[in-house]
Amino acid sequence: MSFLDYFSHNKSQAASIAKERLQIIVAHERSRRDQPEYLEALQKDIMAVVRKYVDIDTDSIEVQLERNGDYAVLELNVMLPD
Amino acid sequence: MAKVIVMTSGKGGVGKTTSSAAISSGLALSGHKTAVIDFDIGLRNLDLVMNCERRVVYDFVNVINGEATLRQALIKDKRCENLYILPASQTRDKDALTKDGVERVLKELAADGFEYIICDSPAGIEHGAFMALYFADEAIVVANPEVSSVRDSDRILGILQSKSKKAEQGERVKEHLLLTRYNPERVEKGEMLAVGDVEEILATKLLGVIPECSSVLKASNQGVPVIHDEESRAGQAYSDAVKRMLGEEVDHRFLTPDHKGLFQRLFRRSA
Ligand SMILES: Nc1ncnc2c1ncn2[C@@H]1O[C@H](COP(=O)(O)OP(=O)(O)O)[C@@H](O)[C@H]1O
Ligand SMILES: [Mg+2]
Repeated sequence: MSFLDYFSHNKSQAASIAKERLQIIVAHERSRRDQPEYLEALQKDIMAVVRKYVDIDTDSIEVQLERNGDYAVLELNVMLPD
Repeated sequence: MAKVIVMTSGKGGVGKTTSSAAISSGLALSGHKTAVIDFDIGLRNLDLVMNCERRVVYDFVNVINGEATLRQALIKDKRCENLYILPASQTRDKDALTKDGVERVLKELAADGFEYIICDSPAGIEHGAFMALYFADEAIVVANPEVSSVRDSDRILGILQSKSKKAEQGERVKEHLLLTRYNPERVEKGEMLAVGDVEEILATKLLGVIPECSSVLKASNQGVPVIHDEESRAGQAYSDAVKRMLGEEVDHRFLTPDHKGLFQRLFRRSA
């Protein structure tokens, strides 16, 4: 065992795991927060329409609004099963 | 001009009421006329922490409903000349707080010459918490170095930035981070998030770090805000935070374990 291993053994990983998890969840929640409120409802409606034809999971649809200066692009991603 | 400051967190039990009592006392001790309002309708804790529970006659909701005047409801603190407490009511009706009513009380306090109005928010992100933060000029976001508290703090920051009156007017609530119940020994062992980690994740300016300290429990048991305990680390850390609020540059203390103290203790024990 090397000298450094000895230290990493003694030092708990708990804080760094906590930090990593927080960074991910906070980034995710912030990106959702910046979206207009109707987007979630829109996503559900699109889902209902697509499901009339293809059976897909809830996480197979991604709706995102991207702003570029004075216009916005609605990006719709539907993953269809094979 | 009165400054309205909300003490908020999302998560419960992180130290909002402790901090409201300490910081409002500190501002008053520095000579500023200060009011502290308990927005935790139905629970009411601030009066206990400030030792005025037996002097509550009228409360915040009574004033809003016009059943009492503000002057009748405000309780003068026994320790600080410039400090007044507006207790929460124990009614179960959480919707008793209305935007109009809260605004009226805040305006009346400002007209009465209060310089600081501290709003002690209830936990959660529901009506009561929203009422406490809506009119804020500044926010002290109280967090513990722990995942769910930091995540909730980020949510509250989002609400401040989108739903507050200032946000509606295209302005910004000035945000401060107050990290409480900090345990430097556990941080050093890698068991607890470090202050730098929390600052980085929340990207909010640090107002203070209050160490986990037995003096806090003692203070709330006695009904003496911990800032009056000048010997205690938590009391000193709150004093520093108040100085920073008043524009002084003060270095952060109690961020690292008190090794010297430990050695002294060991030495004393073996002596
Ligand atoms: N720095 C601290 N050290 C030790 N205990 C603390 C500290 N800050 C708060 N506490 C304790 O944590 C509990 C919750 O605090 P409180 O101020 O009532 O939180 P909140 O108002 O956010 O619900 C109380 O028992 C209080 O004594
Ligand atoms: Mg409280």
